[in-house]
Amino acid sequence: MSTATGASVNAGTGGEAAPAAEARRPQAARKPSTMAQALNRALRDSLAEDPSVHVLGEDVGALGGVFRVTDGLTKEFGEDRCTDTPLAEAGILGTAVGMAMYGLRPVVEMQFDAFAYPAFEQLVSHVSRMRNRTRGRLPMPITVRVPYGGGIGGVEHHSDSSEAYYMATPGLHVVTPATVADAYGLLRRSIASDDPVLFLEPKRLYWSKADWSPEQPESVPEIGRACVRRAGTSATLVTYGPSLPVCMEAAEAAARDEGWDLEVVDLRSLVPFDEETVVESVRRTGRAVVVHESAGFAGPGGELAARIGERCFHYLEAPVLRVSGFDIPYPPPMLEKHHLPDVDRILDAVSRLQWESEWRAGGTPEGGVR
Amino acid sequence: MTVLEQSGSYHLAPPPAWRPRRDPAPLLPDQEPYRLLGTGAQLDGDLLLELYGRLVRGRRYNQQATALTKQGRLAVYPSSTGQEAAEVAAAMALREQDWLFPSYRDTLAAVARGLDPVEVLSLLRGDWHSGYDPRASRVAPLSTPLATQLPHAVGLAHAARLKGDDVVALAMVGDGGTSEGDFHEALNFAAVWQAPVVFLVQNNGFAISVPLAKQTAAPSLAHKGVGYGMPGRLVDGNDAAAVHQVLGEAVERARRGEGPSLVEAVTYRVDAHTNADDATRYREAAEVEAWREHDPVALMERELRSRELLDDEGARRTAESAEEMARDLRERMNRDPELQPMELFEHVFEHRTPQLEQQARQLRAELDAEHDASAAPGAADHSGSTKGDS
Ligand SMILES: Cc1ncc(C[n+]2csc(CCOP(=O)(O)OP(=O)(O)O)c2C)c(N)n1
Ligand SMILES: [Mg+2]
Repeated sequence: MSTATGASVNAGTGGEAAPAAEARRPQAARKPSTMAQALNRALRDSLAEDPSVHVLGEDVGALGGVFRVTDGLTKEFGEDRCTDTPLAEAGILGTAVGMAMYGLRPVVEMQFDAFAYPAFEQLVSHVSRMRNRTRGRLPMPITVRVPYGGGIGGVEHHSDSSEAYYMATPGLHVVTPATVADAYGLLRRSIASDDPVLFLEPKRLYWSKADWSPEQPESVPEIGRACVRRAGTSATLVTYGPSLPVCMEAAEAAARDEGWDLEVVDLRSLVPFDEETVVESVRRTGRAVVVHESAGFAGPGGELAARIGERCFHYLEAPVLRVSGFDIPYPPPMLEKHHLPDVDRILDAVSRLQWESEWRAGGTPEGGVR
Repeated sequence: MTVLEQSGSYHLAPPPAWRPRRDPAPLLPDQEPYRLLGTGAQLDGDLLLELYGRLVRGRRYNQQATALTKQGRLAVYPSSTGQEAAEVAAAMALREQDWLFPSYRDTLAAVARGLDPVEVLSLLRGDWHSGYDPRASRVAPLSTPLATQLPHAVGLAHAARLKGDDVVALAMVGDGGTSEGDFHEALNFAAVWQAPVVFLVQNNGFAISVPLAKQTAAPSLAHKGVGYGMPGRLVDGNDAAAVHQVLGEAVERARRGEGPSLVEAVTYRVDAHTNADDATRYREAAEVEAWREHDPVALMERELRSRELLDDEGARRTAESAEEMARDLRERMNRDPELQPMELFEHVFEHRTPQLEQQARQLRAELDAEHDASAAPGAADHSGSTKGDS
C-alpha cells in the first residue's frame, strides 16, 4: 500500500501556466513548506488583502485549528477576523450565509469531513441556491474548507470522502488541491470567487512538502482547469486530491516495470469539471482509468467514466475503468489499507485495458475470459 | 428529598473553574402574555388608527391571496389570517436600514414593510423563487425550510455590527420551527455574539396538524430564551398595540447594543395550514370559533370605537382602501407572468460552466423548435384539432 508523501508531485511543475508566469517574476525565495503551511499562508494573505474576509470555525483561534491551518491568524488579525464559534456546524455555515448577505466573504472551517454533515442543509438549501433564488442579487462568496479522505489512521468519522454529495448539488464549486503550490493558489482563488466553493483538503497531504514560495494566485489557473501532471502515451489516469501521489507512483512503476507510459491528469476542480483536458488526453491515449478514494457506486468516477464514454467512444481501445474505495462505510484504521486505492490496484486496472488482441476476441475487462 | 426535588445551597466551595454566570430571573417571561388593548392603558390614538388600517388591509390581503389560489393564480398560499397583528407589528418595528427575515407564512410582513405584493408572491405563484431584491428591500427571501433563516439573521446582524453599522435583524419563525436544531443554534450564536437580532416566534398553536403540546414541554416558548442567556417575552399576538410595543422595545434594545431577545406572540392560525390543507381532520370548529372572539382586527376596532376614535364612516373608508389594494393585486395577478426559461441557467454560478453552457444551448434549441412549430403555416389548425380531440 502506498503512503506517498506527494513529494514527487510537488517536485514537478504545477500547472501548464506556471513556467511562463515564473519567468516573468523575479525569483521569490523558495522554502520547504507543507501543504498546511501553504493553506495557512493563503488565509493570511487573503485576510490581509481583503478586509471583508472572515475566518470562522471550531478551534481556529488560539489552537490554530486541529491541523494548524489557521495558526496565528487570530493573533495577527484579531478575534473578529478569525473567530472561534460555538460548536455547531449548521450554525457556523448559517451565520456565514447572513454575513455573505451583508457583503462579507466568510471562510468556514469544518473540523473534519464527517463533521460537516450537520451543515449540509444550509449548504444545499441556501448556500448553493441563494444566487439562483434571488436572480443573482445575493451571491454567496463563501468558502467551506473541509479536511477530507483517509490514510491518516483516523478512527471512525475522521476519514470520509464526501465529494460526491457536494458534486451532486448544483450551485457549488468543488475544488481539491493535490500539491503545495495548488493548495495556496486554489484557496486564494476560492476565497476571491463570488460563488460558494467546497474546498476539500486532502488530510494525508497536509504534511506533504515542496520547495515553494507564495506565488500570485494568477500563476495558478482559474478554478475549473485540470492539468496534466505526467505526460504519457499509453493510457490516462484521471484523478484528484489525495489519489494524485498514488497515481504518480503507479505511473513511475508502470514505466519501470511494465513499459507503459501513463499520462496522469489532476482535475483540481471537480465542479466545474474540465472536460476538455480529460477528453483531449483520453482521445490521445485511447485508454482511461479513473482513480479516487470515495466509494465507487454513484461516485465521481461514474460521472467521469460516462462523460469520457460519451465524448471519446470512437477513440477508446477499452472500457473506462474505475479504481475507487469499496462501497463500504470507511474502515477502521487498521484495515484502511485494504480499502484505499494503491499502486497495485491501479496497475491491475491498467493491465485490464485490453492490451492483447485476445481481449478483443472474448476477454472481459473484469479479468478472466468469457 | 432528593436534589432533583429540591435544590438548595451547599455551603461548600464550588468546583475550581465554576463561577456564577448571570442571574436568570430578569430573562424569564411573565406568566401571562402582555396585553394593552382593553386594559385602559394610555395609548397613542394615531398609532392605534394606523395599526387598524394596516390590520384591515392585511386581512383583505390574506383573503385576496387565498382567493387567488382558487383561481389558479397562486400555486399555494399559507394564510396569516388571525395573525395580522404580529405580521404588521414586525414590519413596523424596523427602521429603513434594518433587515426582516420572514418565513413562507410571513408574506404580509414583507408587504407591510412596503414591498410590492406581486413581487412578494412570486414564490407562491411559481414564476421565480424570490421575486424581490433582498438587498434593496432589506427583506431576506421567504424561507421555506423551517428555522434555517434564523442563523442568517444572526450572521447578518453580526456582520453589520462588525462594520459598525446601525442595523437590527428581526427573524420570524413558527412554534413548530422552534423544535428545529437551527432555532437552537441561531439563538445560541446570537447570544454568544451579542448580535443585534430579535427572534419573533408566532405561536399559532399548530405546525400543520401538530399542536404545541407535542412540540415542547417548555413552560412557554419564551422561556427558551433563558437557556441561551437572552430575555424571553410573552405577548398577546392578537393585540396589535402590545406586539407593536414589545417588538419595538426589543428592536431598540438590540440597536443599543444590549443583545438579542426572544418574543413569543401567542396567536392562532384561523385558516388551514395552506389552501391545500384540511384542518377539520385535527381540530374542533369550536376552538376556531373561540379564537374568532379574540380576532386581532375586531379587538382593535372595538378599542377604537370605545375610545371614540373610529365611527362607521371611518371604518367604511378603511375598508375601501383595503378593497382598492385587493383590486389592484387581483388585476395584476390575473395577468400571466412573463416567463424567461433561458434565465434558468443565468444565476447558477457567476459564470456558466461548460456543461451548463451546453445544456443552455439544448434548451435554446428546444424553445426555438417549439416557436418554429407554432409559427409554421397550418400550426393554428393543428393546435385547434388537438384541442378538439381532448
Ligand atoms: C425543515 C422542514 N421540515 C418540514 C417542513 C414542512 N413544513 C412546512 S410548514 C410546517 C409546519 C411549521 O409549523 P410552524 O413552525 O408552527 O409554522 P406555521 O406553519 O404554523 O406558521 C412543516 C412541517 C419544512 N418546510 N421544513
Ligand atoms: Mg405554527
